[in-house]
Amino acid sequence: MQTFLDQVWIARWPLWDGFLLTIEIAISAIVLGTVVGCICGIQLLFGPAISRLLFRLYVDVMRGTPVLVLILAAFYIPSVVGISLNATQAGILALSLFAGAHIGELLRGALQAIPPGQAEAARSIGLTFPQTLTYVLLPQALRSALPPWINTGVELIKGSSLLSIIGVGELLLKTQEVIGRTFMTIEFYIFAGLLYLAANISLDQLGKMIERRVQGR
Amino acid sequence: MGYTLQFGAIWASFDKLMSGLAIGLGLAIAAVAIGTCFGLLAAFASVGLSRIGRMIVTCYVMVIRNLPLLVLVLLVYFALPQAGIRLDKYESFIGALALYSGAYLTEVFRAGLTAVPKGVVEAARAIGLTRIQTNVFVTAPIMLRNALPSLGNTFIGMFKDSSIAAAIAIPELTFQARKINVDTFRVVETWIVASGLYIAACFAIASLLRRLERRFPKF
Amino acid sequence: MENVQPLLEIRGLHKHFGSVEVLKGVDLTLRRGEVVSIIGSSGSGKTTLLRCVNLLEEFQDGDIVLDGETIGYSIVNGRRHRLRDRELSRQRSMTGMVFQSFNLFPHLTAAGNVMLGLRKVRRFGKEEARSIAERWLSRVGLASRSDHYPSQLSGGQQQRVAIARALAMDPKLVLLDEVTSALDPELVQEVLNTVKGIADDGATLLIVTHEMRFARDVSHRVVFMDQGQVVEDAPPAEIFGNSRSQRLAEFLRNTRT
Repeated sequence: MQTFLDQVWIARWPLWDGFLLTIEIAISAIVLGTVVGCICGIQLLFGPAISRLLFRLYVDVMRGTPVLVLILAAFYIPSVVGISLNATQAGILALSLFAGAHIGELLRGALQAIPPGQAEAARSIGLTFPQTLTYVLLPQALRSALPPWINTGVELIKGSSLLSIIGVGELLLKTQEVIGRTFMTIEFYIFAGLLYLAANISLDQLGKMIERRVQGR
Repeated sequence: MGYTLQFGAIWASFDKLMSGLAIGLGLAIAAVAIGTCFGLLAAFASVGLSRIGRMIVTCYVMVIRNLPLLVLVLLVYFALPQAGIRLDKYESFIGALALYSGAYLTEVFRAGLTAVPKGVVEAARAIGLTRIQTNVFVTAPIMLRNALPSLGNTFIGMFKDSSIAAAIAIPELTFQARKINVDTFRVVETWIVASGLYIAACFAIASLLRRLERRFPKF
Repeated sequence: MENVQPLLEIRGLHKHFGSVEVLKGVDLTLRRGEVVSIIGSSGSGKTTLLRCVNLLEEFQDGDIVLDGETIGYSIVNGRRHRLRDRELSRQRSMTGMVFQSFNLFPHLTAAGNVMLGLRKVRRFGKEEARSIAERWLSRVGLASRSDHYPSQLSGGQQQRVAIARALAMDPKLVLLDEVTSALDPELVQEVLNTVKGIADDGATLLIVTHEMRFARDVSHRVVFMDQGQVVEDAPPAEIFGNSRSQRLAEFLRNTRT
């Protein structure tokens, strides 16, 4: 145990860097994914037919494909079509597209669950459609979509570990490097697992806190 | 730019992709079968009388749901041999995925259990069935029917997660696709076909499950 | 008649949920073949009394003696102990219970509902259980419905299956808990007729009901409960004739309007 703690101390900076990169990747992906997801969700419900079809195709492809396949595709494909992305950017791209489809679908569900009377009432007081969406529908939908949105964040932190396979130096890859040097396999995998656990449970608690806040109003 | 699609090289290795798909399905079926046992036990324990049992289940679900599957797979694959347990890579992956799916299935079954009407359980007790008989003959069948749709979704999720077996060199679909990608440099085609196969398989499983659901009467 | 042992004897039954006292010392006796109806406003404790007899509820004091056997509890060194699950199950199978909300097993057919207890509790073989089930289903007029699932049956039909399920177990005593309260008005009569039929066959019935006319027609005795106590216990003619207590008179006046 003493030697393990010594090794953790020796490896503290690489592990810390890896942990920070994991968080950065997850935050980038949730931000980009939310932007994509909002557009996607609104288009799925209110867009013109061609747009509805394209976004439906996008959602179904993303949801039918394993995240790892998305990551590998995003890693290999851009270079052959002349776009240069480094591994981290490719990984963030894949996770964002994955998150965008999930958030789009859950936002669509949340928008659909709002009673039709809400939109009618908004229109009856003279709001335009964009105004109705912005001031009446989206605030309600976002509130009910909060728990699954937080859950998507947890999935992204978990999914970011797959970027180790394409050589992104996030927490899991850094952990494997440390294991390669120390041969303390069990100890360091459990250590990494605890860090993931801590990050995800904190995110979960944050979500519950926001939920309480929002419900208080 | 100037990339033209040529699928010839992919079709030449199509049999490898298909055998990879079959391995992925086999891994998912084995893991979910074992995971279902974990999930059933844990779900009944979580509504049971023992406080310690309930606590263990809560911890199990919380830990597994917040842990990346890849970490769990690597932990089982590399750590168990150090603890003196010898498993080949297939066994260890199935074990890890079973543990993983078990946590999700626990929640699926728990939700199914709470949806079993209390009066129906009382009716079973009233005709003299013991607690265990009531669970086996009344509660479990109703709960399983309630849980069937989510059980199917969990299975599809685990099938997709079987792609992570590529990380420990199990030659399933993703592993094969990556190999073809490196060997042929037909990058775009490879990933289109691989993704298409996953989507087609998920679609097939989903429609199979819907048919299964229709076979059983709705309550 | 004096030396004939009663089938059911309830003595000084006390039951409370937390600090709320629901039964405050209930005494009630049923002879074999007797039909007794319990009436009273909601909250008077009549359903709870039935559930205690079927051991679905625990009770804190008093005895329930069914056919000479004290059920639910044993006294060891002067202290009451709830019996073990297996023992409770055996005792429950001596009474049949029909619930207000039917509570049929949704995953089993009508015949399957009746057969489950026959097979697993009474340990009949499949064929024998099947033929007993068919017999009881035709007794309640549902021979042609035996392979239907509960969701394919009307409320009245479901309740008749529930009655068949209780009676097929050959219970010494049948408990009926407001069996028509959850039914549409036009379906009430078919269920009441079924109950009347089994009463005429000589079954011992303890009925909780809101149907005053039915209670008067079918019962040998009517028990009026109020606030966890038995207030009146007399033949129907007396109960519905010149009511003795003011509380009963008030209750009847309110239900008639």
